[in-house]
Formats: sequence, C-alpha cells, structure tokens
Amino acid sequence: MLAVRATTRLGSFDLDVDLAVAAGECLALAGPSGAGKSTVLRIAAGIVRPDRGRVACGAATWLDTEDGVDVPPDRRGCGYVFQDYALFPHLRAWENVAFGLRGLRRAERHARALALLERFGLSDRADARPATLSGGERQRVAVARALAFEPSVLLLDEPLSALDSRGRARAARELKRTLGAVEVPTLLVTHDFNEAALLGDEVGVIDAGRIVQRGSAEAVAAEPATAFVADFTGAVVLTGTARPGPDRTAVELDGGGMIFSLDAADGPVAATIYPWEVVLEPAAGPHAGSAQNRVVGEVLSATAVGNRVRVTLSAGQPLMAEISTAAAADLDLRGGAPIAASWKAAATRLVSL
Amino acid sequence: MIRRAAFDGALALCTGLVLAFLSLPVLALFTQVPLARVPHLLSEPAVRDALIVTARTTVIANALFLLLGTPAAYLLATKRFPGRAVLITIVELPLVLPPAVAGIALLAAVGRGGLFGDSLANAGIVLPFSQWAVVLAVTFVASPFYIRQGISAFEAVDRGLIDAARTLGASPARTFARVSLPLAAGGLATGWVLAFARGVGEFGATIVFAGNVPGQTQTLTLAIYDQLEASFDVAIALGIMLVALSAGVLLASKLLGARRPAAV
Repeated sequence: MLAVRATTRLGSFDLDVDLAVAAGECLALAGPSGAGKSTVLRIAAGIVRPDRGRVACGAATWLDTEDGVDVPPDRRGCGYVFQDYALFPHLRAWENVAFGLRGLRRAERHARALALLERFGLSDRADARPATLSGGERQRVAVARALAFEPSVLLLDEPLSALDSRGRARAARELKRTLGAVEVPTLLVTHDFNEAALLGDEVGVIDAGRIVQRGSAEAVAAEPATAFVADFTGAVVLTGTARPGPDRTAVELDGGGMIFSLDAADGPVAATIYPWEVVLEPAAGPHAGSAQNRVVGEVLSATAVGNRVRVTLSAGQPLMAEISTAAAADLDLRGGAPIAASWKAAATRLVSL
Repeated sequence: MIRRAAFDGALALCTGLVLAFLSLPVLALFTQVPLARVPHLLSEPAVRDALIVTARTTVIANALFLLLGTPAAYLLATKRFPGRAVLITIVELPLVLPPAVAGIALLAAVGRGGLFGDSLANAGIVLPFSQWAVVLAVTFVASPFYIRQGISAFEAVDRGLIDAARTLGASPARTFARVSLPLAAGGLATGWVLAFARGVGEFGATIVFAGNVPGQTQTLTLAIYDQLEASFDVAIALGIMLVALSAGVLLASKLLGARRPAAV
C-alpha cells in the first residue's frame, strides 16, 4: 500500500492530494498539463518535499513533515519512469537497466539486465546507447530499468507521451500487459483520459492540484462529478439553467434551445453528453427517433476518424457528434449545411455549477 | 550592387588585417634561428632547469585545482543558496585581475608581515620566493578558468538524470561519480586545457610573488625574460617550444570539444 498525503504551493494554486494505492493496483492520475500530476510522483519518490504531508509505503514511513521524517530518494526504492525517460546517455542499454542493481558482481548484473531486456524484446539492443534507440525502445528500457531492482512502488510519468501516434497504441498494449504483472502499488500520471482508462485499474481526475473525482474509468465517464471532469473525459458540455419538472428536468440552454434530462437539478447547470450518444439527421426532415432532445444548427466540420466521422456543429453552443461512416453518407455535412442533432434525455447528465 | 561589393571587400580587408597581425609575429619567431639549431639551444642548463621548475609546479598546481576545483564547481553548479552569485564572482575575479596584482595580493596574504605571513613563519613555513610560491601563483591565476568551465559543464547535465540516479538507489556521492562526472567530462577537460595553458604561460604573479631565481622559481616564461639579455637565440628557441606546446593544447581542446557526448 502506497499512501501519499501532501499540501504544497505550486505556482498559482495549492497542490492538495490524499491518495492510497493498494499493492498490485494501478491508479492513473489524469489531468491537464500544469495540474500538479508530476509533482505528486516527485513527492512520492522524494525528489520534491511538500510543505506539509506524509508518504508511507507498507510499514515504512518515507515522509512525515510533522515528525521530521524524510527518507532520501535513494533509500525509498521507487521505480520511476520519467516523462522523457531520463536514460543515462553515456551508458549502454543494459548498463542503464543494471544501474539500480547493487551489491552484485558485474557479470551477474549483466546477466540480470539481459534477462529483463529479453522480456521486453530488446535483447539485441543491449549494447546500444540511448541516442541510437527508437522512442519505443527507450520507453521499454526505461520501464525495464525501473523494474530491475524490484522496487517497492512503481511511478510512471506520461509513459506514452514521448512516442509518436503510430508507436503509441502498440506501446500502450504492451505497457498494459507489463503493469498487469506488477505486484507493487503503481501510480501513473497522464494528460490523456483514454490512456488513464486503458492503463489504470482506477482513474483519478486531477485539476488545479486537487483530485476532483476518483473511480473506475467507466464510472467517472458515466457520472462526471464536475463540468471539468465531463469535458476532460471527452463529453460535450452545454451550459444552461435547469427547471425541475414532475418526471424530468428541463434545461434552457444559454444561447437558445431547450433540452431535457432525467437528472434532478435546479439553477445553473452543465449538461454533458458523449458524442457517440448524439444522432444526426437532416434539419428539414421529420424527427425520426424517440430521443427527446433535438437541437438544430449548422455543420462546422466533419472529420473521418477510423470508421467513424466526427462532426462538429454550431447550435447556439458548439456540439460534437460521432457517427458511423454509413450514417454520414446519407447526410449533407458540408460546412454551413443545416443539421439537427438529437439524443436521449437519459444520456444527458446534469452537473450543478 | 556596388555597395554590396564594397561592403564585402571591407569585411575581407578587416579580416585579412586581423589575421596578418595575429599570425605574423608567431611566424617571425621561426625565422630568427634555424629550426635545426633549436634542440641545441634548448640543451642549455638554464633552459633545463626552467623546464624542470615549470613541469613540477605545473603538475602540483594542476593536481590542486583539479582535486579541489571539481567538487567546488559541482557544488556551485548544483546547489542553490543565497550568496551563490557572490561566490561565483569571487571565483571569476582572478580572470580579470592583472597578474601583477595577483602577485602582490599573494604577498599581502602570506608574505613577510602579511595577513597570515607571520603566523606561517612562526610555524616554519615561508612561502614567498620558494617553489611553492610558483605553485600558488599558477593555481591562483589558472584555477578560475577550470572552475568556471566546470560550473557550466555540471550545469549542463540534465537535472532529470540526477533525479533518475537517486531514485535508482544511488547516493549523492555515487550519483556524482557515475552520472554527473562522466557527463561533464568533456566540458571539464576543455576547462582543464585552458587552465593548463594559462598556468604554463603565467608570468606577472610569479615574478612578483616568487621572484626569478634560476633553478628555484624560474619557469620557462621567466627564462625567456632572462635570456633576452643573455642569449636572444635561446629566448627565441624557448618561444618556439612554447608555441608548439600552446598549439598542441589548443588542438587537444578542439578535439575534446568535438568529442563531447551528444545530449539525448
């Protein structure tokens, strides 16, 4: 069990976090850059000392600002994968991996490092220097190095962000498999909610130094606690004023239009919908489906993403829909074309502002 | 078009004048005595003595500033504390100080009647006009070249690599030895080459603080000064030898600079 509680000044806001991760679990902290994610890792590793706080791993207390305990980073045993991987440029790949292996003869350190590199599919790159490794290879060397000395916790800072988009999907799958076999508490930070959802057993959304919501990725996406979380998870956020009704809540949207939700709310709200819940139809035609919410606007852009088409439209407030290529073929999606978007009241989440 | 040609011509003319002024005196050195006679001229006992004095004092002075200056440069590069800028300025001061002032300052510190001179004399240590005075003068004027370059070399080492080494279980001392030192080695070597050359060329502080005693404190540069009267040819031969040494040092520093490991 890794427990981190810390308060510290961080630029224009205070970092204030309190989290615990069980052995074998991976908590993925997701948030925009500058939210304080990396600082949480640095505090856990002992590179940064918070103004006030306590860090404990299992029975060992690493930091207690009240008792004056502060174990230096080299005695904490944190496997740390840095954002830019921080491989030692003057050492070969195997020497990087073996760096944390202490009290062993060189031959044994070499053998252990090679065994680990082989597990990561890098046995033929053992003698290469970091400058000659590809981004994906560097990332795997960094993970191997962090795991080589059997750390008491594993910390990963944006482990995929230094990779190009082609390599990222594959690296993400491999990292997921690696993390599944890790038996110590794992704390990972990323600016990408989808990455957090893939790699973390649990996701914590961090904003301006605070963890605003924590839970399974599905739960966080389904019930965003704040408009920020909704926006961060990829939902469309529409602002308006809620008026409670007998069986549903009506929301008068800022900029015109009326939508409904089954959530109870009163006063200023953010209504959130996921783009894949939104159906598009010709603005002039009859309202075909049973969805209770329908707004009319004009197409801003249409972009193919895999076998889906992402359509942004302006309907008082900007809105986004993700529809199948087949559905898109039947629609006029040229910029400025009139279009109607509809979705179910049940798919509309309300968050009080 | 004409204006542009005139400007290009002016640039070329200035560059030519600068190069001629800087290279002709050095070339002239080689025209004064036949090169074949140089080894013979350098076999003079006075030259041999100066060579021994220079070699001994240079080795000790370089060892002193490498051993003490490297940790000092590391501390000044990596620790942030109030007064750091003042300390760096103190280190840099001898770079701009006239060497004769450095010599008189050393006399004021450890000479007879100086700040520490009498206490040292009571302990049986008399530094001025001894070979140790040459060592101190050389160290005083040359070490700032090494330390200043060392500070920038250590500052250039990625902070993230230091953090990485610490999380991997390396103590601060091991991190210094295994990560900072190897990565700063290129810059440190460049600084050392500059300091070495400055030390061998040292004249003003030495003559003021250590005197010009043949076989005792007379270094190669002081010997040139002496031979001006005794034998101009020997002075020229000494000059040729020091030009060869300086050129070698400059070349070594360029090669070391080119070999520095690329950042990742």
